[in-house]
Amino acid sequence: MNQEILEHIKNSLRKGVRIDGRKPDEIRPVTIQTGFLTTAEGSARVKFGDAEVLAGVKMALEKPYPDTPEDGVLMVNSELLPLSNPEFESGPPSIESIETARVIDRGIRESKTIDTKSLCVEKGEKVWSVAIDIVPINYEGNLIDMGGLAAIAALKTATFPFVKEDGTIDYHQRTDKKLDLKKMPIPITVCKIGEIFIVDPTDEEEKAVDARLTVTSVDQKTLCALQKGGDHPLSESDINTMVELALKKAGELRKILEGVN
Amino acid sequence: MEKFERPSKRKPEEARPIEAEAGVIKKADGSARFKIGDTEAYAAVYGPRDLHPKFLQDPKTGILRCNYSMLPFSGDGTRVRPGPSRRSKEISLVTEKALLPVLNLEDYPNTVVDVFIELPQTDAGSRCAGICAAAIALADAGIIMKDMVAAVSVGQVRGHLLVDLDGEEEHMDENEAADVPVAMIPSTEEITLLQMDGIVTKEDLSKALEMVKPALKDIAEKQREALKKKYEKKA
Repeated sequence: MNQEILEHIKNSLRKGVRIDGRKPDEIRPVTIQTGFLTTAEGSARVKFGDAEVLAGVKMALEKPYPDTPEDGVLMVNSELLPLSNPEFESGPPSIESIETARVIDRGIRESKTIDTKSLCVEKGEKVWSVAIDIVPINYEGNLIDMGGLAAIAALKTATFPFVKEDGTIDYHQRTDKKLDLKKMPIPITVCKIGEIFIVDPTDEEEKAVDARLTVTSVDQKTLCALQKGGDHPLSESDINTMVELALKKAGELRKILEGVN
Repeated sequence: MEKFERPSKRKPEEARPIEAEAGVIKKADGSARFKIGDTEAYAAVYGPRDLHPKFLQDPKTGILRCNYSMLPFSGDGTRVRPGPSRRSKEISLVTEKALLPVLNLEDYPNTVVDVFIELPQTDAGSRCAGICAAAIALADAGIIMKDMVAAVSVGQVRGHLLVDLDGEEEHMDENEAADVPVAMIPSTEEITLLQMDGIVTKEDLSKALEMVKPALKDIAEKQREALKKKYEKKA
């Protein structure tokens, strides 16, 4: 990236000013839209300002893994579409997209948001699989937080497809049965640039980041996943500050998510 | 011939409702969303930009590179595996050929114009929706074009010619249903995409190509309106 923009981002931040005029702890205006795709069992569009991310849920009946014969299968996948940013290229999944998917996956899996036992149809033979695909349409940074929010919104509004008498699925018919979400895990990534902590970085700000910490939480005080990134180390006091900020911001997003049905 | 009513109650020559929008992806040089019924395509254009690796460069002209892709949750049934397939590669190729005739990339030697098409939901006619979105996105990117390119399919179900088959109609007639995706340059009425699967007589093919023209011209009008709307908003 242009070295001068990078310098500008860093210098302005020292004065507490961000490139788009936000406060360091301010998330861009958030909108969540759900249930607009006809082919997905659940769908969500999350916008933070102009940044846009889609999440889609597909469900199927599959044979369970031999070591977990009574558990449904949960899968989170993400792809950095070259459509969404000039810097993304076609090809096999990049390491960034794999990290994004795995961090979001951990938040959902470890918090036991979905009771995988409840997805069992016939022990050892047939279980529901739930696949969540997360893609940016306009990539302007912060995919983990936006994707994590979109994934939960899509799961929250997803409905099971109709199972015919022969045990196969008719995807053209939907039931009104929903997934039973036990928690609302929300990832917030706090970034450290110099001595300043910011949330919801733009794609330009992401390049100036020294270190970042993604904190996924299910309520005001309970964490369910962490991921440190960036080239610089973090002190214990940095981590405490970042966790504190992440919990506060997650509370704001959780309130918006509660209104989504 | 017995009377035939379309499940959607559309007239035989009637396409599904259309939404077209330009400039929907801020990061792209040009972009568009094109929705026809429950089939929706996003297209983003990047370029003209440097082409790497260098041996792909053509010193006489810029090249067009299209990439058609269905998002994993966009399919009719189970999840679509991400990444290219034989089907998506072929559609990318014919999309390129459908758009090339209206472009002149000779002013941009050694460069590439990348067109990325992603479909969040499909209900038949996805390659045509992709081409419609791509044409708007190319114009939105300021690439010089001789004309728009509009695309829609025309099919034959139980002996009846129908414009813009939806998924339900495609599966009504397993034996004889024919599906002909067509792209056209509206001012010259030249055809830039023509494929077919199914069985059709040569007379019916001529009829189908005649029948689909008004729908294509109407689509081209909606594409132009989408572009005008974006720039009117700015003014």
